[in-house]
Amino acid sequence: MIAVIDYKAGNLTSVLKALRHLGAEVEVTDADLGLVERAERIVLPGVGHFAATRRLDDTGLTGAIRAAIARGVPFLGICVGMQWLYSGSTEAPEQPGLGAFPEQCTRFTEGTEKIPHVGWNSLEVRERSRLLAGVEPGEFVYFTHSYKGPVTGDTAAITEYIEPFSAAVERGNVMGVQFHPEKSGETGLNILRNFLEARA
Amino acid sequence: MITKRIIACLDVHAGRVVKGVKFVDIVDAGDPATQAARHAREGADEIVLLDITATHEGRATLLDTVRRTARELFVPFCVGGGIRTARDAEQVFEAGADKVSVNSAALADPTLIDAIGRSFGAQAVVVAIDARRDKTAADPVRDAEVFVQGGRKPTGRRVVEWAREAEQRGAGEILLTSMDSDGTRAGFDCELTAAVSEAVGIPVIASGGAGTVPHFIDVFGRGKADAALAASIFHFGISTSRGLKEELQRAGVSMRLPC
Repeated sequence: MIAVIDYKAGNLTSVLKALRHLGAEVEVTDADLGLVERAERIVLPGVGHFAATRRLDDTGLTGAIRAAIARGVPFLGICVGMQWLYSGSTEAPEQPGLGAFPEQCTRFTEGTEKIPHVGWNSLEVRERSRLLAGVEPGEFVYFTHSYKGPVTGDTAAITEYIEPFSAAVERGNVMGVQFHPEKSGETGLNILRNFLEARA
Repeated sequence: MITKRIIACLDVHAGRVVKGVKFVDIVDAGDPATQAARHAREGADEIVLLDITATHEGRATLLDTVRRTARELFVPFCVGGGIRTARDAEQVFEAGADKVSVNSAALADPTLIDAIGRSFGAQAVVVAIDARRDKTAADPVRDAEVFVQGGRKPTGRRVVEWAREAEQRGAGEILLTSMDSDGTRAGFDCELTAAVSEAVGIPVIASGGAGTVPHFIDVFGRGKADAALAASIFHFGISTSRGLKEELQRAGVSMRLPC
């Protein structure tokens, strides 16, 4: 069973639909710590403002997710759900992230291009990624965001918009994608399938 | 590199895709779910479904249509027409839309943009603007007048000023239709599109007037559009989004290809 975490940051319908389309058994929770403990995999979607992740702390889900990750349960954060894996975001400096990656998320630099970054952009995949296995160079995925994580040793794919940023991060069982795999056609479905097949 | 988007638009009435100019000569053109899936398969970067009659009684039918259309669609999906309240928007999201487009209701009560954005994020709110150049204004393009109710009712609002307010209130994108160009197949209004695109920091989707591939090259270049709506072009020589995108790519416009 896959636990999809609802922290009232936007709409989960598309993510649930894509996971179910791939044959996954999915349960949604906004506070059930037991469900998170039982889950074989965890997905944290999320669009909107980083401050909304505060709800994860208030409900105790942050601790339950941290413990699951420590047990090796595969975890996928999408969009704001990926940003939450960092230590925080300048979008809501008072709100800490999980801190699985020590860096901070920051806003795109103003001036040259439109912000948010909306649309289909290409991925430059680093070879060792399990999550992005089979994704060919230059395949496109759909983005919509104004904040992003920096390129580091944990970066699984780089995308360029204004500056290079982490389109995907991966360290062991902890994975995140800045784009929306549930809205990225066949490429996105393949990435979700890789996540569903990832072993602890 | 970020690509320009080709968005397929389906006009829907009573659960069926229709073709025709506004409410005249409407021809049944199939099932929305089937048509949307076909467009996605044929390379469209996004699908917009517009409920062109948008009656109160038709809401249940529309939600059913959205649900069926969203079921097997894995590209961004926007729904517009008749969304008057945040609750209307919520129902459309629950049925599977990723974005809603609001037009008349946002002009009647601009706080609708704030309300939907607060609950679902700015990326989920598209503000649709229908504008016509105003020859009597100091700047006929920037001061083009905004119309509501399918272009029937003038509002006195000016296009650039309204687009900026929409952005400030939390719109994620602007869908700009030139009423002067709409239905002409003589090309987009590139000056109008550029005026709005330069005035806001959010993406602008150009609509109205597409007839040939060079029209798209023009609106992505001179018009500074981030995306363009393609509707009737698919009946005139170019059969798919993929075909259109391949021609645009050859002309130097960056596109999501292969798709």
